[in-house]
Amino acid sequence: MPAERLRATRPHLFVRGDEARTHPPIAFIETAGNATRLAALDRSAVEAGLRPGLTLADARARVPELEVFPHDPGADLDWLERLADGCSRYSPTVSPLPPDALLLDIAGCTHAFEGERFLAADVERRLMRRGVLVRHAFGDVPEIAHALARYAGAPAPDERGAVKRLPVAALGLDAEDVAALQAAGLKTVGEVMARPLSGIAARFGEDAATAVRRLAGEAQAPVRARAVADPIRVERRFAEPVARTEHALRVIAELVGEAAALLERRHEGGRRWQVRLFRSDGVVQALRVETGQPTRDPQLLGRLFAERIDALADPLDPGFGYDLIRLEVALAERLDAHQLKLEGGGNARAGAGGGQVGELVDRLSTRLGRGRVRRFAARDSHIPEQAELMLPAAAPPLASPAAWPEAEPGEPPLRPIYLFDPPEPVDQVIAEVPDGPPARFRWRRTLHEVARAEGPERIAGEWWRRHDTPVPTRDYYRVEDHRGRRLWIFRHGLFGEVEAPRWYVHGLFA
Amino acid sequence: MIAAAGGTAQAVSVEGWQERGFQRGRLHEVYAGDVEDVGAAAGFVVAQALAAGATPLLWLRLDRGATVAGRLHATGLAELGLAPDQLLLVTVADPGALLRAAGDAARCPGIGTLLLESWGPMPALDLTATRRLVLAAEASGVTVLSLRLDAAPVPSAAATRWQVSAWPSVPLEADAPGLPAFSVECLRRRGGPAGARTQVEWNRETRSFRVPGPAPAPLAGAGIPLVAGGAAAGDPAAPVRARR
Repeated sequence: MPAERLRATRPHLFVRGDEARTHPPIAFIETAGNATRLAALDRSAVEAGLRPGLTLADARARVPELEVFPHDPGADLDWLERLADGCSRYSPTVSPLPPDALLLDIAGCTHAFEGERFLAADVERRLMRRGVLVRHAFGDVPEIAHALARYAGAPAPDERGAVKRLPVAALGLDAEDVAALQAAGLKTVGEVMARPLSGIAARFGEDAATAVRRLAGEAQAPVRARAVADPIRVERRFAEPVARTEHALRVIAELVGEAAALLERRHEGGRRWQVRLFRSDGVVQALRVETGQPTRDPQLLGRLFAERIDALADPLDPGFGYDLIRLEVALAERLDAHQLKLEGGGNARAGAGGGQVGELVDRLSTRLGRGRVRRFAARDSHIPEQAELMLPAAAPPLASPAAWPEAEPGEPPLRPIYLFDPPEPVDQVIAEVPDGPPARFRWRRTLHEVARAEGPERIAGEWWRRHDTPVPTRDYYRVEDHRGRRLWIFRHGLFGEVEAPRWYVHGLFA
Repeated sequence: MIAAAGGTAQAVSVEGWQERGFQRGRLHEVYAGDVEDVGAAAGFVVAQALAAGATPLLWLRLDRGATVAGRLHATGLAELGLAPDQLLLVTVADPGALLRAAGDAARCPGIGTLLLESWGPMPALDLTATRRLVLAAEASGVTVLSLRLDAAPVPSAAATRWQVSAWPSVPLEADAPGLPAFSVECLRRRGGPAGARTQVEWNRETRSFRVPGPAPAPLAGAGIPLVAGGAAAGDPAAPVRARR
């Protein structure tokens, strides 16, 4: 399981010149006490004779080419959850059984696949595509299916027979109890079942008896289905259509209050909200509002919806009135309760002004559009106009942003504060030497006499990208004219690289 | 930054202008001397916000600004000292939306500086509108810097009005353009004298302005004063550009 997770989430670890089949065995280690032991193995490691619990030194001695990764049960669980998400296409009731099993309740779900065999084949095919090896089994109760899948025993005519042929380990008891059962001569589940249950319970405890009864199909543990949160949707129907926008707004405010109460119970806040106004003549109008931080503040949302209505190109037209108003929370994120200001705790969002800026960002994004309220993020490129991104400020920040270049102390700025996109051509360029900075140029109908210049800073095109035509190199100069204007200009192409290189102004310095 | 001998008088005037001139929580107008001085005026305004320590900075501009002056370049602004995470850019389509967004931003105490960039004559930015911004700024403590590019001064409720143009920098070795230098003139000051004109240089490391100092003479006898007016003749040497 961990090996498959690693293969799927970090495929670069497995990129080798030859094909992946010849990859060395993989083991996952954890440190318990002072010993580093194997916690999980992949198939080839098991075939090489390794077992979980072996110390790393021993394992290395047996299989020198063993490749080792740290054991991360949390990530494995996360991966299992993702697989479970994927399996919810088959059945609404999917429960992960850590560390490596998924239980699907397929009662009543097989008609779409013309039978359970085809469904199982589909599961296997789909998971195989993600590099996951699957062993499946069916059972009347979850425990039987689980035990059959995990300890596939000898073939048997029916389910009952198959269960009876399972080894005692399939009971899911402690290693000690399993050893004791085996010592008592009981090798299979069937042999244990043949004994009186009271004796089992007296010797191994109530849990052992329950496990036996469950495998016998007599008892059933409740299936712990994963909780799938319903989308939050509140609505108000009117016997008499609401014909005034103010009334509709008041209803929206009430609905927001209801939705906020629901969200609070879930410890969530909404980030995307949508109001749908159903007009009595069948027209549906939608208002969408988005916030940068999850929120459930009715006043804030009331203001945002009012902004949204103000920003509409056509005013909201109630016509003959709305007979249904529905509020949906399209995207909710975790938001824990915070202490009220009155009780001594500051409002978490308003702390140090950050929340106020967040609210301002939300308001402006709602009114002007997300794309008009932006912040900057660095991008890993040496092409000046591609070295930074402008992202909507309401969007969550990048997971792994590139670092901004560090300025050297005492250096003047080497990049302009305004960047022309596209660069503006200049003409009548006179340079003392062809490869040098210009001595004079005309830009925007004004002649600039260059007093000082620095350069060139040579920026080549991204030759590793495929271009149909070669991208000329740019030679950048920081120039200052005799009146002190500082400009960033470049010659597009080296002499010899292009016929007659042109000059452009790319930016303005402070 | 200006140490001891000779430079003190100049230093005081720079500091005093900072104290009396650009007070926080007020509206200040900065006019670019010429349409070509756009970069200088914008750089000066950003430097001013940094000198006052009034960040984060919300830069509010019209779509037209991007076509005339180009888009903002955060890398260059970072080299002036403005960390990119302290910069928020809002672009609007028309002057009406500009004023409305400016009103909202000026009322938000979480913002240090609202930089209002406008182009050409802005009839919308009249006495009433600027008075509104002044009231919002005084209530919230946001410094509103109105950057008027390609515009002639018009009456407004601003506390101060400045005209900024580019000024030749003190060259580095090999005659390379040096630290950003500005020529700043105080056109108007509410309740105080105006008309002073100074030349200043922005120092990113100390977040302060100073009088541009002459570069140290690279060779004996080559110490020609490089700044017209010789205002900084007695200043200590500016740091030599470290080439690494």
